[in-house]
Amino acid sequence: MSKAHVYKRDHINTDEIIPARYLNTDDEAELVKHCLEDLDTDFVNKVQSGDIIVSGEDFGCGSSREHAVWAIRGAGVQTVIAKSFARIFYRNAINNGFYIIELPEAPEKINDGDELEIDYKAGLIKNKTAGIDIKFAPLPDFALEIIEAGGLLNKLAKKNC
Amino acid sequence: MAMTITEKMLAKAAGKEKVAPGQLIDAKIDIVMCVDVTTPPAISMLAERGIDRVFDKEKIVVTPDHFQPAKDIKSAELHKRLDEWARRHKIKHYYKIGRAGVCHALLPEQGHIRPGEVIVGPDSHTCTYGAFAAFSTGIGSTDAAAAIATGQLWFKVPASMKIVLNGSLGPGVYSKDIILAIIARIGVDGALYKAMEFVGPALAKMSMEARMTITNMAIEAGAKNGIIGFDKETKQYLDEHLRDKTNYTIFESDKDAKYDSVEEFDCSAIEPMVALPHLPSGGVPIGDCAGKAMDQAYIGSCTNGRIEDLRIAAKILKGKQVAIRTIIVPATPTIWKQAKDEGLFDIFYDAGCVIAAPTCGACLGGFMGVLAAGEKCVSTTNRNFVGRMGHPKSEVYLASPATTAASAIEGKLADPRKYL
Repeated sequence: MSKAHVYKRDHINTDEIIPARYLNTDDEAELVKHCLEDLDTDFVNKVQSGDIIVSGEDFGCGSSREHAVWAIRGAGVQTVIAKSFARIFYRNAINNGFYIIELPEAPEKINDGDELEIDYKAGLIKNKTAGIDIKFAPLPDFALEIIEAGGLLNKLAKKNC
Repeated sequence: MAMTITEKMLAKAAGKEKVAPGQLIDAKIDIVMCVDVTTPPAISMLAERGIDRVFDKEKIVVTPDHFQPAKDIKSAELHKRLDEWARRHKIKHYYKIGRAGVCHALLPEQGHIRPGEVIVGPDSHTCTYGAFAAFSTGIGSTDAAAAIATGQLWFKVPASMKIVLNGSLGPGVYSKDIILAIIARIGVDGALYKAMEFVGPALAKMSMEARMTITNMAIEAGAKNGIIGFDKETKQYLDEHLRDKTNYTIFESDKDAKYDSVEEFDCSAIEPMVALPHLPSGGVPIGDCAGKAMDQAYIGSCTNGRIEDLRIAAKILKGKQVAIRTIIVPATPTIWKQAKDEGLFDIFYDAGCVIAAPTCGACLGGFMGVLAAGEKCVSTTNRNFVGRMGHPKSEVYLASPATTAASAIEGKLADPRKYL
């Protein structure tokens, strides 16, 4: 079961997602221990594999540190649903093959703890707790191509072979 | 079709006659800037996939800066990975400690930034170089890896937003105050995904260093790039700094180019600004916050750690004593030496400040001035997010070097105009 962790605030920045005091390493297992630490110290204890983060506008703003995507993905989070994403975080997610969902009504239709099921191909979120279906616009084709290849560098490596 | 300067530069980089906002392009990269925190992962990613190569060893500029000199064992390991890679690939422009500095101050100073070129780097403040009529933007480590290996990256052409800076800056008001006022009005996502194009008479009178403070913080409004057109100030700076490759292409926006929006500012009416915690958009005039007690003052970073910034701070600190711990961080070794030669170090020493080696240091809570729980720091840096300079319960107040120096003297937020 995929549970929603809802942070209704806007502008959750990459310093909150993974503080720079932990950027002396790029070891994902190490980063995971501090995922969202300056926003919610309990997050790493409650997150389960397959869970989903839901947030407001401009998620992932600030520093370009890709460590933010690695920490979230490493914690087992399957996707982030936000009203909008900061530009570099958006690129970093796609480049890592990490599907993210832009959904303006996300924080209104999803409550903390709701159980969600996502059909990425159909662009559909089933909020099982609320008993509603929420449609979303799938990522554009160029992004899907990168995600299907398993990230930008895997796409590049394949092209080189 | 009329185009903006940003569109023209991206069209050239994509080998096209024209491009339009929203269009996806593959752009040729002229310079890839590499630093210590985000480049080692890029190097590892390439090696893991058997594509350990560099597209052009003369077009990659490497400088450790965030945690240099190494602040702990783990950051020393990052530096070691960066160093082994840079030496193995015989990177031509590799700035080792002693010549390494805060990347966004170092690259223009060492003549790596040319108008009309495309510069990327795995640091969000890479947008700084837009002050030189170049397209520059911050990227992540995966993008950096792709750029290092291929010299190409995908971009979506951004729509442009025009920021008109009218009037002229009053005494005690600097470009930092202007950009804080801009972000206070439009918000931290006011320019999300867009090119922020700065124009206007107030800008024309600013030095290149002052302009870099403005484009540096375009990312704090969510912008893809900040951009300022070429003029005689640009030319003079380039004449003094470009070395091996001195030719460049000048682009300018067409008169009928399309902008998503236009924001006008009367710079004559802008007062010294302080961005209150915890967003860069929290800017208020100094009159609204003066008197708030501080624990530390920090003068440095890619935003305000250049020689002009140190001169402004020194002028205010001369003959005075600081009331709180005050940390001065010249952004590059050249700036450090200039400040020393000009006697600024004596002024800082006499005032009771400490002078650090060039580093990003405490700007991002790395080292050299990290804050304890409950502490407040007035800082010339660019972000005041929760935990940015240390403990999640510490606070950062963003200001100009003048306001920061005045606040250091009083131990509380202070109006720099009384010290002019």
